[in-house]
Amino acid sequence: MIKIFKYSFFDLMRSRWSLIYFLFFAITAAALLYLSNDVSRAIISLMNIIIILCPLIGTMFGVMYYYNSREFVELLLAQPIKRRSIFLGQYLGLTVSLLLSFVAGMGLPFIFYGILASPELSNFLVLLLTGGLLTFTFVALAFLIAVKNENKIKGFGFAIVVWLFMAVLYDGLFLLSLFIFEDYPLDKFSLAMTVLNPIDLSRILIMLQLDISALLGYTGAVFNKFFGTSLGFIISLACALLWIVVPTISMVRVARRKDF
Amino acid sequence: MKRIIFLIVISLVLFTSPGRAAILSVCNLCGHTSITAAIEKAAPGDTVLVKKGIYKEGNIILNKPLVLIGEGFPVVDGENDSEIFTISADNVVIAGFRIQNVGTSYTVDRAGINVIRSKGVVIRNNRLINTFFGVYLQKSSDCIVEGNIMEGQAVEEMSSGNAIHLWYCKNIEVKNNTVKKHRDGIYLEFVDNSLVENNISEGNIRYGLHFMFSNHDDYIGNTFRNNGAGVAVMFSRFITMDDNLFDHNWGTTAYGLLLKEIYDGEISNNRFEKNTTAIYGESATRMKIHNNTFNQNGWALRLLGSCMDNTITANNFLNNTFDVTTNSIRNYNDYTGNYWNEYTGYDLDKDGIGDVPHHPVKLFSYVVTRTESSIILLRSLFIDILNFAEKVTPVFTPATLVDEKPLMKPVL
Repeated sequence: MIKIFKYSFFDLMRSRWSLIYFLFFAITAAALLYLSNDVSRAIISLMNIIIILCPLIGTMFGVMYYYNSREFVELLLAQPIKRRSIFLGQYLGLTVSLLLSFVAGMGLPFIFYGILASPELSNFLVLLLTGGLLTFTFVALAFLIAVKNENKIKGFGFAIVVWLFMAVLYDGLFLLSLFIFEDYPLDKFSLAMTVLNPIDLSRILIMLQLDISALLGYTGAVFNKFFGTSLGFIISLACALLWIVVPTISMVRVARRKDF
Repeated sequence: MKRIIFLIVISLVLFTSPGRAAILSVCNLCGHTSITAAIEKAAPGDTVLVKKGIYKEGNIILNKPLVLIGEGFPVVDGENDSEIFTISADNVVIAGFRIQNVGTSYTVDRAGINVIRSKGVVIRNNRLINTFFGVYLQKSSDCIVEGNIMEGQAVEEMSSGNAIHLWYCKNIEVKNNTVKKHRDGIYLEFVDNSLVENNISEGNIRYGLHFMFSNHDDYIGNTFRNNGAGVAVMFSRFITMDDNLFDHNWGTTAYGLLLKEIYDGEISNNRFEKNTTAIYGESATRMKIHNNTFNQNGWALRLLGSCMDNTITANNFLNNTFDVTTNSIRNYNDYTGNYWNEYTGYDLDKDGIGDVPHHPVKLFSYVVTRTESSIILLRSLFIDILNFAEKVTPVFTPATLVDEKPLMKPVL
C-alpha cells in the first residue's frame, strides 16, 4: 500500500494540476490578506471559498483520477497485490497531494503575514483542519462513485449531483424545514442537521471561532454551548470522521467484489 | 419711598457680595478636622477647602449653598455602607474629591453625590470609585456635571447602580465625564432641555446612555464603547443625537442605538463601528437619520414594521453583514440618497447618483427576521444564490423599500 501511495503521490505532485491548485490558494489567500488587511475578515472570505471549493475539487479530481488511472489499476490487479492496498494507496496518494497543495497554498501567505505570532492562529488552524476533512471526505465519496459506475459520464454526473446536494440543496431543504416547522423548538433539529452535513459542520465550526458568531444570536449560543462541551465536540468529530471512514470502507468493499 | 427701596437693594448687594465669603480649611492640623464640622460652621456662600487625606464620615449633608473644594483629591470613603454627599441646597459646588465605596442597597438608591431639589449645583472633576450610584440628581435644575471620572464594579443589573442618574430634572449639562462599569453610564428619566456632551461611556452592563420619558435633549460628541447597548432612547421626543461614536457594542444581545417609542428625533453625523446591531428601531417615528457612517456592523439598520415616516439619507453603509432589515412586507420609511458599498449599479450620466435603484434588504435578512433560527445558514452558498435571485426580482422583500438615488461615492 505504501508503495502504491508513494507512486500516485509523486505522480500527482509532478502534475500541473497540483501546482495550479497550490497557486490558486496561494494567490487567493495573499490577495485577500493584502486587500482586507485584517486576518479575521480574510479568514471569513477564505472560509466561503474553502467550504465550496475543497469539496468540489476533491470530487472532480477523485473521479477524474480514478478513470484516468484505470489502465494502471488493471495492470496492478494482475500482480499479487491486495485490492485494498491498491485502492487505499491511490486514495491516500490523491488526498495527500491535494492536501499538500491546499495547506502550502494557504499556509505560505499567512506565515509571511505573521499568523504564527498572531492571536488568530487557532482560527487559521480550524480553517486548515476543516479544509482537510472536507478533502478527505469528498475524495472518498468520489472514489466510491467512480468505482461503482463503469460509465464515465454517469460517474461524473453523479459526483456533481452529490456535491451540489451537499453544498447547496441540503441547505435549501434545511431552510424549508425550518420554515415549515417554525412553531416548534428547532435547536436540536438544526444542530442535528448541521452535524450531519460535513460542509455545514465546517461552516459552523469556523464561524463559531470568529467574532461573527455574535450575529447568530440565540441559535448561535445554543451551538456554542453544544460544541463547547466535550460531548458535542466528540459527536461532531465522530460525524466528520464517519464521513471519511464510511465512504472509504464502502469503496474498498465495492472494489474487492468488483469484476474488472 | 423709592429711595428707601433703592438703599435696601444697594445694601443687600453690598452685604452679600462674594468678597465676604470665608474660606474654611479641613485637614488633620487645620481649624476643622472633619468635613461635617466645617460645613456646620460655614455660613452660606463660604468655601470649604478640604486638604489631602482620608475622611470617613458617613453621610455628609449639605443643606446650605457652599463651595466644597478638594485639594490633591482627598479621599471621602463611605466604607461600603452609607451614601456620601447629600445636597439639598442651591448653588453648591463640589470639586476635586475622590469619593469611594458606597454600599450596595436593594431598597435605597445610595449615591456618591445625591442632589435633591436643588438649582445651580456644580459637580466638577471628581473621581467616584465604586459608588453604587455615582451622581444622582433628582427634581433639580440648571446643574452641571463636568469632568468627573466614575468607575463602578457592576457585575449584574440587579445589584448595580447608574453612574450619572437624572430623575425629573431640567437644564442639566453633563460634559466631559468618563463613566465605566455601571449598570447604565448616564440615565435620564423625565429630564428635559438637557445636554450630554463629550462623555465617554464604556463597559456598562446595560446601556451607555439611557433616555426614558425625556424630551428636547441633545447628546453630542460622546463615545459609547463595549456597553450592553450603546444608547437606548425610549418614550422620548425631540432628541438630537449628533457626532457620537458607537464603537464595538458587540454581543448576542448588544445594540449600538436602541430606539423605542421615540418621535421627532434627529440622528446625524454619528459613526457606528462593529456593533452587533447599529440601530434597532421599534415604533420610532418621524426620525431624521442622515450623514451617519455604518461600518462593519452585523445589522446596520433594523427597523421593525412599526417604524414610520423616518427619512434615511446621505448615510454610508460599509461592510455590514446586513444593511437594512425589517419584518414587514410594507415600507413606510424613506431611504433615498445613501451610499451602499454593496451597490452594483452604474452611473452613465456621471452625476454621482446611480441609475439603477438599490434594494438594501436581502432576502436572507427577511427570512431571518421571520424564522430566527435560520440565521444558522449565514454564509451558506444556497443563501447567496437566494439573495441573488431575490435581488434581480424582489418577491418577498418589501418592493418599496428601495433607494431610488443611491450615491456612487461615500458621503464625507
